[in-house]
Amino acid sequence: MARLSRQQYAPGDHPDWEPPASSVGVLGWLRANLFSSWFNSALTFLGLYIIYLVVVPLLDWAILRADWSGDSREACSSGGACWVFVRIRFEQFMYGLYPSSEYWRINLVAGLMVATMAWLTVPRIPYKRYGVVFALFFFPVITAQLIGGGNFGLSEVETTRWGGLTLTLILAAAGIVAAFPLGILLALGRRSQMPIVRAFSVAYIELWRGVPLITVLFMSSVMLPLFLPEGVNFDKLLRALIGITLFQAAYIAEVVRGGLQAIPQGQYEAADALGLSYWKKMGLVILPQALKMVIPGIVNTFNELFKDTTLVLIIGLLDLLAIIQAALEDPKWLGYSIEGYLFAATVFWIFCFGMSRYSLAIERRLHTGHRR
Amino acid sequence: MSDNPDDKAPAPTLFWRDPRKRGWLVQAFVLAAVVGLFAFIFDNTLHNLEKRGISTGFGFLQNEAGFGILQTLIDYDETHTFGRTFLVGLLNTLLVSAIGIVIATVLGLVIGVARLSGNWIISRLAGVYIEIFRNIPLLLQILFWYFAMLPLLPHPRQSLAFWESVFLNKRGLYLPGPVTESGFGWVLAALAVAILGVLLLWRWARRRQDGTGRTFPVFWTSAAMLVGLPLLAFGLAGMPLSWDYPALKGFNFRGGITVIPELVALALALAIYTAAYIAEIVRSGIQSVSHGQTEAAYALGLKPGTTLRLVIIPQAMRVIIPQLTSQYLNLTKNSSLAPAIGYPDLVAVFAGTTLNQTGQAVEIIGITMGVYLTISLTISAFMNWYNRRVALVER
Repeated sequence: MARLSRQQYAPGDHPDWEPPASSVGVLGWLRANLFSSWFNSALTFLGLYIIYLVVVPLLDWAILRADWSGDSREACSSGGACWVFVRIRFEQFMYGLYPSSEYWRINLVAGLMVATMAWLTVPRIPYKRYGVVFALFFFPVITAQLIGGGNFGLSEVETTRWGGLTLTLILAAAGIVAAFPLGILLALGRRSQMPIVRAFSVAYIELWRGVPLITVLFMSSVMLPLFLPEGVNFDKLLRALIGITLFQAAYIAEVVRGGLQAIPQGQYEAADALGLSYWKKMGLVILPQALKMVIPGIVNTFNELFKDTTLVLIIGLLDLLAIIQAALEDPKWLGYSIEGYLFAATVFWIFCFGMSRYSLAIERRLHTGHRR
Repeated sequence: MSDNPDDKAPAPTLFWRDPRKRGWLVQAFVLAAVVGLFAFIFDNTLHNLEKRGISTGFGFLQNEAGFGILQTLIDYDETHTFGRTFLVGLLNTLLVSAIGIVIATVLGLVIGVARLSGNWIISRLAGVYIEIFRNIPLLLQILFWYFAMLPLLPHPRQSLAFWESVFLNKRGLYLPGPVTESGFGWVLAALAVAILGVLLLWRWARRRQDGTGRTFPVFWTSAAMLVGLPLLAFGLAGMPLSWDYPALKGFNFRGGITVIPELVALALALAIYTAAYIAEIVRSGIQSVSHGQTEAAYALGLKPGTTLRLVIIPQAMRVIIPQLTSQYLNLTKNSSLAPAIGYPDLVAVFAGTTLNQTGQAVEIIGITMGVYLTISLTISAFMNWYNRRVALVER
């Protein structure tokens, strides 16, 4: 070292020395991120210990010692997880009490849904505008016809037999599709110059946002029948959907309002200067920009709604969680609640995590100079 | 007025071309539609109630309830009125919310800070926690803790014991209960005096610093006052406090404070779920303070601890507090999932049992919604006040 440091170099001739071995590569990374100080090292060991405490028993129970095959609880003898229970009930968890000869109808809708979602979410597929129209107007009708049946030679299936993941998806999708237009109207109402319209919009939004969804569901299941004239009656599913829609619209309204507020005043004034009417101004100039900006917010609201659909369990609809809860009470399979809940949790997690990642990705992609 | 016939007034604007008049027309129409809708609903409801023989009005609140409740914070039994039932439910809701909020805040703070840690493993672990618990429905988590995890706890005889005074088993959590004796009032009085003293000390220290620039160790002095004065009073009054320890008698524990398993499961689930959100809020709040602020503080010669306390945290709080408040509000609203596991909160005992017994859906759901609405409007009024107070004053 001493010899090197004494050596004289002409300016610019100094050779590049390798960085010290302890600051590059795996070793350097470990030193910088895990062992930079004694405190950091202690944290590293604490973290490793937590992982050891949680992951090892979980893996052992859920995979290594688990039972997968068989068709009764006698097959579960190893002391690990009993996935046989989930496997046997899998169809019920997915399709509810739907007649098994008609499963193809749900599968068809699921395929259509995946295709529509791909159309809407994959940036490279063109004609998004038609995709939105299809998703908002045609897709719900097709779904209702296919799953409900009754027309075109399809046998009718009452809503009481709808259930499982199918029902969860129906509730979430129908909730968002129906709440979206109402939410936009409310957001426009809240930003309106007309005092009465504004007052009603504010009152509506604050009222629904101030109460828990469960009271709204109670209301729609016990009070809605009282509100309607005699003889008019909706079935339980539709009543729950009405409650969810009214509730969700308030949340969408607030998200859309955020977008409307973020549009520079100049855009409004420019549209006015062109002589556009209110609806043309909103429909052609303001909303296209505002809605694009709030897509991540809407995806997040949808994520919350998706999780909240589980609340229909309390008013007696058989969504994914409710049907698992019911299966756990089957005397033949008592004691496998952890497996059941873990399965439900995994399914919900995949959907919700996927959505939140998508929302993050689109936020980054749409970050195109709106920030002032 | 000119008599010149050429000087005609402009043709009057058509009624529907005048935006102001059109606006009033639209509003009159909206008003009529909303009033009409309410009249329609009101009329139908009255008719339907009459037909089903359901009485109306709030008289039922005076009637005898005739059912017991699992957990009551105030005196209650079957002979009390439905009005009392409402109060019991409301207090239970507030209790579980308060417990949940305290645990969620501590847990969320720890995990949020861990997420920002320079240690890769700790930061990833915090990230995994957040992503797992935020993306699973709360109801599922409540059911999981109550129906899947609770049965794994031991029977009363093999209870998990902590320091021989806290016991946990299938039937609930047993804590030692404080028993105050005469003279305990002095301790409370000492505490009040200490709080007052600390407030005065803060004012004095700030004045002195503003005037002379000399600082005073406010934190340690306040801590000493807050702990020392009550302790001194406690000693002088002859230690007027004893603990009632739970003890195993027969098949169950007696004495102390019994926390029912429903409360444990609900508070735990609410706290774990909300902590994931709070952690994200804490992280984004701290990250929202630009690094230039830290560098500027160091350039002024502030120490790292002082920088954190005087520069980073006050600015992060501006971002954190409003979101934190709305999470507290969410937690309170989410506590309404209690009926799923039978915890006797407002929704379970009032919108559930009372509704089933009286059938007066409109009044009961109305009151229940009104309670939650009042809570959220109060909190959002506070939030607006706070936002105005801390808003950046921009030039």
